[in-house]
Amino acid sequence: MEHHSNIIPWQLLAERTGCILKFIPFTEQGTLDMDAFRTLITDRTVFVGIIHVSNVFGTENDVSAIISEAHKRDIPVLVDGAQSIPHIPIDVQKLDCDFLAFSGHKMYGPMGIGVLYGKENILETMPPFMGGGEMIRSVKLSGSTWNDLPWKFEAGTPNVPGALGLAEAIQYIENLGIEEIQSYESLLTEYTLAKFQKLKDVILYGPEKHRTGVFSFTQSGIHPHDMAQFLDRFGIAIRAGHHCAQPLMRKLHVSSTSRASLAFYNTAEEIDFLVDKIQAAGDYFNHGI
Amino acid sequence: MAFDDLYQEIILDHARHPRNKEHLDFISEDLVFENPTCGDSVKVAVDLDEKETISRVRFDGDGCAISTASASMMTEILKGMALPEALKTAATFMDIMTGDSDASLEDLGEIEALEGVRQFPQRVKCATLPWHAVEHTLQTLVKEKQRNTG
Repeated sequence: MEHHSNIIPWQLLAERTGCILKFIPFTEQGTLDMDAFRTLITDRTVFVGIIHVSNVFGTENDVSAIISEAHKRDIPVLVDGAQSIPHIPIDVQKLDCDFLAFSGHKMYGPMGIGVLYGKENILETMPPFMGGGEMIRSVKLSGSTWNDLPWKFEAGTPNVPGALGLAEAIQYIENLGIEEIQSYESLLTEYTLAKFQKLKDVILYGPEKHRTGVFSFTQSGIHPHDMAQFLDRFGIAIRAGHHCAQPLMRKLHVSSTSRASLAFYNTAEEIDFLVDKIQAAGDYFNHGI
Repeated sequence: MAFDDLYQEIILDHARHPRNKEHLDFISEDLVFENPTCGDSVKVAVDLDEKETISRVRFDGDGCAISTASASMMTEILKGMALPEALKTAATFMDIMTGDSDASLEDLGEIEALEGVRQFPQRVKCATLPWHAVEHTLQTLVKEKQRNTG
């Protein structure tokens, strides 16, 4: 179910260290197979990384259950929160995740900046991954010592405009209220789900429950790119493609899907308009106008 | 209307009823041409007659209306051409689509309908994908020919 961003770094690591990667399978409903997870995790497991909300299915994974299962064996867990952080309240201490990663561009902020949260005691034991200014305490020709957290991991000239933009984006979300965003979006998600389920010739992916406002779909006879182009004509911006989740696409036996992603600024009227135009796309491409 | 420039009736016709589209399971997976940004894929087979002109071009794959129509029209354009002419045609088409050439597609027949795609830079790759595949196949055939003649 993972985004490439939570696959590729581990593949690179596996090439370097020889560690073995295992993937938790997902069910037909687009939810994690938790029974399979419990059998995959063994005494030799050293790390678990998990996407919080699937960028294809919209599934909100039960990361709490995964974390507590992994912690029984003292395995640290990284949560990929890129898709969840702008939509769901997250308390890292309550969740007890060891790492949480998220990016600015998914939360109305700038590209090229993000956050990696880590538990202090773990970060203390980790060596720097990059060398440069700010990350050192003292440099001698015979060797150097490292600065305190977080500077140890912030080598080189910092991306100050990015950081300011990200801080502003976080403030913007805080001002709206993440709980308010979540409750509004979940109403809109329910509304959209009901509308999509009534659409003819449309396959909607993902579960009915524990889902966020991500709607990946395919329509028979229409390639997602053409769907996206058609909707674009009416000012509707959707994403078409493999959503940086090629292994997931292969499991679904599709090369790509169309995906409508909702945010707090979307309205029920817009959903009606979207659904209407999806239907119209069917008429246009399959029958001509 | 830019949108209707993109999806002209002739393009939709080729997309709905692609010519020379067949299952080409005999072509190995490493000869599948993919667009990594969207997941589309295409493979082509070129048959030559005894005079070494192209007797048939077939394609297989999964693509959008633009890519399917481009592949479908390509199979018709290249039929009857000798290898050098087909390679030149492929290069000309791709240069025009990517903006490397200011020439017009009108000499290539109905594929002129794809000119509207140039207004949508992110869709240019859809139109050129099958042509990349055929170019590779044609180059392979040329190399084989050179090997055989000595």
